[in-house]
Amino acid sequence: MNLIEIKNTYKQYKNGVTALCDLTLSIPKGDFVFLVGASGSGKSTLIKLLYRQEKPTRGEVYVGGINVAKLRNRKVYKLRRKLGIVFQDYKLLPGMTVYENVAFALEIYGLPEREVRKKVMNAIEKVGLKEKFRSYPDQLSGGEQQRVSIARAIVNNPKILICDEPTGNLDPNTSLEIMEFINKINEEGTTIIMATHDKDIVNTYKKRVITLEKGILISDKEKGGYKTNESI
Amino acid sequence: MKAFRILIKNISDGFKSVFRNFSLSLASISCITITLILVAIAIILSENVNKFTDDIEKDVTIVVYIEKNTQQIDIDATKEKIEALRNIESITFTSKEEIRQEMSKDSDGLGTILGEYNESNNPLLDEFLVKVTDTEKIGETANRIKELPFINAVKYGEGMVEQLVKVFDVVKKITFVIVVGLVIVTAFLISNTIKITINNRKRQIEIMRLVGASNAYIKLPFFFEGIILGFLGSLIPIFLTCYGYIFLYQKLNGILFTEVITLVNPDNILFHLSIILMAIGIIVGAIGSYRAVRRHLKI
Repeated sequence: MNLIEIKNTYKQYKNGVTALCDLTLSIPKGDFVFLVGASGSGKSTLIKLLYRQEKPTRGEVYVGGINVAKLRNRKVYKLRRKLGIVFQDYKLLPGMTVYENVAFALEIYGLPEREVRKKVMNAIEKVGLKEKFRSYPDQLSGGEQQRVSIARAIVNNPKILICDEPTGNLDPNTSLEIMEFINKINEEGTTIIMATHDKDIVNTYKKRVITLEKGILISDKEKGGYKTNESI
Repeated sequence: MKAFRILIKNISDGFKSVFRNFSLSLASISCITITLILVAIAIILSENVNKFTDDIEKDVTIVVYIEKNTQQIDIDATKEKIEALRNIESITFTSKEEIRQEMSKDSDGLGTILGEYNESNNPLLDEFLVKVTDTEKIGETANRIKELPFINAVKYGEGMVEQLVKVFDVVKKITFVIVVGLVIVTAFLISNTIKITINNRKRQIEIMRLVGASNAYIKLPFFFEGIILGFLGSLIPIFLTCYGYIFLYQKLNGILFTEVITLVNPDNILFHLSIILMAIGIIVGAIGSYRAVRRHLKI
C-alpha cells in the first residue's frame, strides 16, 4: 500500500457544501506533490482530511497505514506524530523563543533534555536560523517565521510533511527560499504534499501536480505545471 | 522514565499556569480558603456538639426513690431486678443518711434544717442512681423500673434530655448541609478559573494537538492546576484553625460557660482536621478542574 491512499472519498460539510466528490488518489513514499486549484476547489479540505482535522463523509483515507476515516478523536495524536504540518499563518506561539517553539513539538515525547536540545538545534540549523534561536517570533520576518514552523514540523523526522499554502503570505523571493528548504527535506526522503496558489513555484519545480476543481480531481500529472484554462 | 518526565512536565506546567494567571488563581484560592475556614468551623462545632451530647448522655441518670421503711433484703432484691433489665449500664445505691450529709455540706441553710433530723427520723428516701446505655430509650427504662415493687418514684431529665439531644442533632444536620453547599460552590468557582486558563491557552492547545499531543497530555496540566489551587487554598485555613482553636481552648480553659460543658482537646482533633481540610481542598480542586477540562476542552 502507498503511503497515502484515498479511495472514493466524499466530503460534505454540515452546511450542505460538497467539498470533495469521489476522490481517488494515491501518493507513494518520497513523492513531492503540488495540490493546486482555485479557492473553494477543495484542496484545503483534502489537506485537512490528511491530518484528520476533518473526517470524510464517505470513502477511505489511509495515511501511513492508518484509516483516518475511522480514527477516533482520542487516537488522532497517533496519526499526527507521523506528520509534520506547515501552515500559511505559521501558528507559532508568540511568548516563546524560536528554540522553545520548535522544542514544543518534542515535549510530548518526554525525551531527556540533552536529546531534545540536539534534535531542536539540528532542525533549526537545517532551516538556517541557528543565529536566531533565541529570538521571539515577532522579531523575525515572515520568511523566517515560516522557517521556524518548518523546523517545528520536521524536528520529529516525520514521514510526511503537509504544507497548507506555506508561501501564501510571503513575497516571491522569500517563497523561493522557503521552497528550497522544502525541496531539501523532500530530497532527504520525506514525502511532501503542498497545497498552493503560486503558479511560479509549481512551474519552476516540475513535480507531480494534482489539480482540483469544485471538489473533483481534474488532472494528476507527473512533472506538470499550473493549469489555468488550457485543456488537459 | 519517559512517563515520569512527562508527569513532572505536566505538574510544572500546572504550577506555571497558577502563577501566570495569578490574579485569577488568587480569587479561586481565596474562595477555597473561605470555604475551608467555614468547613473547619463547622467541623469543630459539630465535634464539640458531639462531645457535649456524649458528656450529657453520660451524665444522664435515673433517680429511683425507694419506699420508706423498705427492708435491706428487699432493697437488694430490687437492685438485682433493676440490674436484670435491658439498657442498664450501672446502678449505685445511696442511703438516705449519705444524702442528708451530702446536702448539709452543700448548703448552710439546708444543713441547719437537716441538722434537726437524725438517722431515725430522716425524712429523705434511699435511692438508686441508674445509668443507662442508650439515652434515647431512657423513658422506657424509667417506666419499667417504676413498675417494680418498693419503688416510690422515678425521676430523670423527663423530655429535657431527649429534646437537647434532638436539637444537637438538628444543628449537626444543618452544618452538614451548609458545608456540602459551600464545597459545591467552590468546585464551580475552580471550574471557572480553569475554564479561563483554558481559553487563554486555546492557541497553545490547538498547536499541541497538531504536533501530536495526546488528549490526556493536554488535559493533565489543567487537572494538576486545580489540585494545586485546592492545596494552596487549604494552607491558610489549616494554619488558622490550628492556632485559632488552640488559642480559644487555652483562653476558655477548655470549658464553655460551666465545668459541665468541656471542649474537645485540640490534640485530639487538629491533626485529623488538617488532613480533612487539605483533602477537601485537593478533591474540590480536582473535581472543579475535571469539570472544566471535560466541558471546555472538547478535543
